[in-house]
Amino acid sequence: MSRSDGMTNVLWLQGASCGGCTMSILESGASGWFDELRQFGINLLWHPSVSEETGEEAIEVLQSVLDGKVRLDLLLLEGSVARGPNDTGRFNMLAGTGRSVYRWMLDLAPRADYVIAVGSCAAFGGVPAAGSNPTDAVGLQFEGSDSGGALGAGFRSRLGLPVINVAGCAPHPGWMMETILALTTKDIAATDLDGYGRPKFIANHLAHHGCSRNEFYEFKASAETMSERGCLMEHLGCKATQAVGDCNQRSWNGGGSCTKGGYACIACTSPGFEGAQNFLETAKLAGIPVGLPTDMPKAWFVALAALSKSATPRRVRLNATADHVVVPPGRATPKGKP
Amino acid sequence: MTRITIGPFNRVEGDLEVRLDVEGGRVMRAEVTAPLYRGFEQILEGRPPLDALALAPRICGICSVSQSVAAAAALRDAMSVEAAPNGSLATNIAHAAENAADHLTHFYIFFMPDFAREAYAAHAWHEETRERFAATRGSATRDALPARARLLETMGIIAGKWPHSLAFQPGGTTRAIDLGERVRLLSITTAFRSFLERVVFADSLENVLAITTANELDRWRDGRRGDFSHFLRLADSLALSELGKGTGLMMSYGAYHGVDGGLFPRGLFGPRAAIEPLPLTQITEDVSHAWMRESSVDPAHSNTVPDPDKPAAYSWCKAPRLSGQPIEVGAIARQMVAGQALIADLVSASGTNVRNRVIARLIETARIALAMEQWTRALRLSEPFCHSAGDIPDGSYVGLVEAARGSLGHWMAVRGGKIERYQIIAPTTWNFSPRDSFDVGGPLEQALVGTDVGDEGPRAVAIQHIVRSFDPCMVCTAH
Repeated sequence: MSRSDGMTNVLWLQGASCGGCTMSILESGASGWFDELRQFGINLLWHPSVSEETGEEAIEVLQSVLDGKVRLDLLLLEGSVARGPNDTGRFNMLAGTGRSVYRWMLDLAPRADYVIAVGSCAAFGGVPAAGSNPTDAVGLQFEGSDSGGALGAGFRSRLGLPVINVAGCAPHPGWMMETILALTTKDIAATDLDGYGRPKFIANHLAHHGCSRNEFYEFKASAETMSERGCLMEHLGCKATQAVGDCNQRSWNGGGSCTKGGYACIACTSPGFEGAQNFLETAKLAGIPVGLPTDMPKAWFVALAALSKSATPRRVRLNATADHVVVPPGRATPKGKP
Repeated sequence: MTRITIGPFNRVEGDLEVRLDVEGGRVMRAEVTAPLYRGFEQILEGRPPLDALALAPRICGICSVSQSVAAAAALRDAMSVEAAPNGSLATNIAHAAENAADHLTHFYIFFMPDFAREAYAAHAWHEETRERFAATRGSATRDALPARARLLETMGIIAGKWPHSLAFQPGGTTRAIDLGERVRLLSITTAFRSFLERVVFADSLENVLAITTANELDRWRDGRRGDFSHFLRLADSLALSELGKGTGLMMSYGAYHGVDGGLFPRGLFGPRAAIEPLPLTQITEDVSHAWMRESSVDPAHSNTVPDPDKPAAYSWCKAPRLSGQPIEVGAIARQMVAGQALIADLVSASGTNVRNRVIARLIETARIALAMEQWTRALRLSEPFCHSAGDIPDGSYVGLVEAARGSLGHWMAVRGGKIERYQIIAPTTWNFSPRDSFDVGGPLEQALVGTDVGDEGPRAVAIQHIVRSFDPCMVCTAH
C-alpha cells in the first residue's frame, strides 16, 4: 500500500451496491484483471472484494489516505450513497469504522485526483433510489437527472473534474477499465464528459447502434411476445434508440447484449431508469410509442414508420413474430432455372 | 471479557461486521451484523408484478441469475404457466454457469488468500501457498479469472449479459439457441471441464466423483497436484475440520428444476440425522434483533419496515427459522440432502465445518459441470424456448430456488395487478442471521463460539476462515 513512484494508486469502495460492477470488471483482462492492473502500473490500494487487508488492516489503509500519507490518484465508488435515515447514513455503515460510507466519501473525495462513480447507482442513485427510495439513496454528484447528489453540484476533484460517471447496470467491463486506464495518463478532460458526467467515448453512441435487429427496426417489423426475433421497440419496451452506450458495438460476455439476448434495453445508462414501470412493455399514447427517438420530429417518425411497414418484405414480417428463422434470406421470387 | 469488532470484513460479497466477546483467548459469544440496507422489498411494493424481473436480480451482482430465477418462479406460480422445456434447460445452464463461477470466485478470490497471510509464515507449506494464492498476486488468479470469464460467456449466448439479465421469464428464456450456438455452449462447458480437470482437481471429473469416503479422499489426495489437493493438505495441517462447526441442521429447496424433476432434490437434513421432507409452512422470520418493525412472522404475510433506533437490535438482517430452528444452507446442505456419498461420509464423521463446506462446494462444481454438458445436448433446437404467460390474479405466490450460497425464497402477494407485499429470504439471511427472541444465534454466530483466537484478537485468522467458509453474500442478506 505504500506509494511507489510511477504507480497509479486506486482505492475502490462499495456503498449501497449489489457488487455487480466488481463482478463485471473481474471479467476484464486476458490473464485476469489483477494482471491487467499491474501491466498498466496500477496499485490497488484496497478493494473490498479482493484485497488481503481486512478489519484493522483495511482501516489503516483508509486512514493513511485520509491523513495524506498515501497519494490517492483514483477514488472509485460502486453503489449509491445511502444518506438516510435523516442524513445519518446509517443504512450503510462501513463495518468496523462506526462511520457511514456517506461520511467516508465526503472525507475521501477531496483527496482524490479523480473520482469515478462506477455504475448507475454511484452515478445517479440507481435501483436503490427507485420507488419510495427507502434509504434516501443518491449518486455521488447526481440525484436522478438533477445535479447535486452526495458531494454536491460544485464538487471538483483535485485535478478539477466533476465525478466521472461510468453509468450502466452493470457497466461493460471495458467501460470501467478504459476509463480507469485513460485517467492513469490524465487523458480525460471535462470536455470529454457529457452533461451527465459520462465519458463521451461511451455516451456518444446509442445502444441502438449496431443492434442485430436493425433490419426489423428499419421496417418496423415488431416482436409481439418475448423470444420473438423482431424489433423490440414498438411493443416490448426497448429504449435503445434513446439510451446512450456502445452496447451493441461491443460484445458482452463473449458475444451478447440485451437486445441480442431477446429482451428490451431498459436504458440502464440513463439517470432515473429505475423509475420506469412495465419495463418490457412499450408505453403508448393513441397507439404510438411515447419514447420515440428524441431528436426526430414525431410526425416524420410516424410517417416513415407507416411507409416502411407497407414496404416490409414477407421474410422480415414473418420472422419478426417467430422465435426461429422461418423464412431464410434468399431470392424473394423464383426466377426460372438456376 | 473483551469485546472485539472486526470490520470491514472483506473478501465477502458486500460488507460485514463481526463482534466477538473473548475470554481467555476463546470466543464466548458472537454477533453478526449486516451493515447495509437498501429496501428492495419496499421498492417492489405497488409495482406491476413483472417489474420484479428487472429489479430483483439487481439485489445481487454475484447471484443475479438466482434472484431472476426466484422471481420468475414466483411469477410462474402466479400465472399458472409451465416454462417451455428448452427454457428450463437454458435457465439451468445459465444458472449453473453462475453458480460454478461463484464457487470459483469464492475459492480463489475470497477464501484461499487467507492461507497466504504472514500469520502462517512458519509453516513449511507457506511459501508455495503464498505464491499460488496470495490475494491479487497469486499465480492462481491468472488461471482462475480467465476460466471464470470464459465460463460466463455462457451468458452472452443465453442471457445477453451478466450480471443482470431479463432473459429469465416465467415462460422460459427469451432467446432461441441455434446449432452454432449450441456448439459454442459445448465448447465453453468443455473448456470449463478442462480447467477443472487440469487446474483444480488434476484428475478427471468422473474419477473425482467416484470418491465416496473420507479414506478414499485421503488416498486420492496423496502426491496429487491441483488446487483442491493443495487445500486438503492445508485443511489437515490446520485441522480445519475442527473449525467453525455447524449445528447439523441443513436444508435445500431443490435445484435445477426441469422436465425430469431436478438435479438436486428438496429436503431437510434434520435433527434425526436423516433426510426428511421440508416443512415449508414452518418458515418464519423473527425481527427481535433486527432494525425492523414487528410484522407477521410468516414471509407470505409480512412487511419490511426499518426501525433504525430499535433497542437490542444489531443487524439489518431478520432471523429466519425453520420450525423455530436456525438452519445452515449452501452447497454442503444441497449435497447432504442429495445424498452425495463423499459429503455424507465427511459430515457423518465431523459435521459441517470449514473443511467440509469447501469440499462440498468443489464437489458440487464437478457435478454441475457434467450436468451443463448434458443439458446443452438435450436442447431441442427446433422447439420453442418461451411460452406466453397469462394474467396474474390476486393471491400469494412463492418462488423457491437454490443460489450458489443456498436456499433463496421470494414470497409475493398481488392485489389489483400490483405487488402488495414482497418478501425475500436469501441464503445468507439464514446463515448469518442474528439472534431470535429466544436468544438463539444464527448458524455463523453459533459456529464462532468456542473458537480459539489466542492473543491475536481481531487479527485471528481462524475467524477469517470460519466466516468465509460460508461464502456469505451480504448484499443479498438484508437486501
